[in-house]
Amino acid sequence: MSDIATYNFAYLDEQTKRMIRRAILKGIAIPGYQVPFASREMPMPYGWGTGGVQVTAAIIGPEDVLKVIDQGADDTTNAVSIRAFFQKVADVAVTTETAKATIIQTRHRIPEYPLTEGQTLVYQVPIPEPLRFLEPRETETRKMHALEEYGLMHVKLYEDIARHGRIATTYAYPVKVEGRYVMDPSPTPKFDNPKMHMSPALQLFGAGREKRIYAVPPFTRVVSLDFEDHPFEIQTFDQPCALCGAAQVYLDEVILDDKGGHMFVCSDTDHCETRQACGHRGHLSPDILEPAQ
Amino acid sequence: MDQMDVIDGGFAAPVFNAQTVFRAVMDAMARPGTVQQVAGLAQPPAPLAATAGAVALSLCDHDTPLWLDAGLQVSSAKSWLGFHTGAPLAATPADAHFALVANPANLISLENFAQGTQEYPDRSTTLILQVDSLTDGAPLHLEGPGIETTDSIAPTPLPRHFVEQWKQNGARFPRGVDVILAAPGAVACLPRTVRAKTMEA
Repeated sequence: MSDIATYNFAYLDEQTKRMIRRAILKGIAIPGYQVPFASREMPMPYGWGTGGVQVTAAIIGPEDVLKVIDQGADDTTNAVSIRAFFQKVADVAVTTETAKATIIQTRHRIPEYPLTEGQTLVYQVPIPEPLRFLEPRETETRKMHALEEYGLMHVKLYEDIARHGRIATTYAYPVKVEGRYVMDPSPTPKFDNPKMHMSPALQLFGAGREKRIYAVPPFTRVVSLDFEDHPFEIQTFDQPCALCGAAQVYLDEVILDDKGGHMFVCSDTDHCETRQACGHRGHLSPDILEPAQ
Repeated sequence: MDQMDVIDGGFAAPVFNAQTVFRAVMDAMARPGTVQQVAGLAQPPAPLAATAGAVALSLCDHDTPLWLDAGLQVSSAKSWLGFHTGAPLAATPADAHFALVANPANLISLENFAQGTQEYPDRSTTLILQVDSLTDGAPLHLEGPGIETTDSIAPTPLPRHFVEQWKQNGARFPRGVDVILAAPGAVACLPRTVRAKTMEA
């Protein structure tokens, strides 16, 4: 920080931070409601997490420990660049360990390791309006939220059943928050929806391009929409993680060659590495394929 | 009025102090019933107290019309807030984004403040009530989002018929006001979603 001209702490100017902070407080007070805010241009393109970055910048302090994940991974482009951004403009401590982080900015996953009270999960949201693909007019969707008129969403889920025999939505699966607002949980796999329900952590959602902030306070009811005869189900996997042997976690498919070879590995890299460090091994782990000499 | 009263007493480190106070308010709003500590970071002139002053400095600016109760209207605190935040004064309580209340016991009823609309329930007033204590009053038993089972705080003084008024405020959901209780050295919050009961209820 010895440069002559430096950015304000956490990049944003103070007036912008106050504006975002006020929106966050309203979001917490009205769980699941999308608060409009004056989203700023950030030094990254829309779609790269400008909403999440602005929320994180407004809440972060010098004492915080930041973790950034992109599809569960700490080491992919988006996660690495946002982590570097906050190291540069806020000089904060960073970690990849879920348990050590006070703020976790995420793109499309909730960590496997259970979150605790005092942690804040910040989601990067592309399209905050769950009804947007059913009704393109903002004036209409706003009216539908105002009147709690969510029939259209149930029709959409019903059409899934009529066409596919089951609800085919697998990510951005709509939820109802505290019995009132239908909310888009951002494009997380529906596997993660149950983790939002009564989570001890505060969950904040930032959509930069769409200029919306919303929130789910800790210990809030988050219920995935479903039907009595077609209850909500999460994805299941036939095999455990090929590297750490974990079951009941969300797995990514990795293509190994051009002959149809593939493996399933934990999407949450920190969870996978922690398990391997504890001695857990999957069937494609290097230690099993090539035992130490 | 002493000119220095109006100019002194702001945040010593505006960026970090505002963040500290905001995080305490955010945690309190997310977990109603918990009391978050806030060190004396601002020294506003009486009758505005340090915690309420610090909350105002961290949240208010030229975008947020501010409503002051009678005691604050006639004090140098009005000029202090004007100098440090630049917030315009709200002509009526229904225009206010924030209301600063030095004497909650004499507060006009909550329904006078902006409640937001059904489409935009966020366009409502956030009340900053300056209380003497969060533990010495009649206990309020709280339930709702942010509280795992139940929790309680005992702020004093509160507006008249507060529990009844708060019930009506909850009935207006998603419209309604939110309350920040600013006590010496600490804050607690009552977002509109929280349900409050007294012991006998």
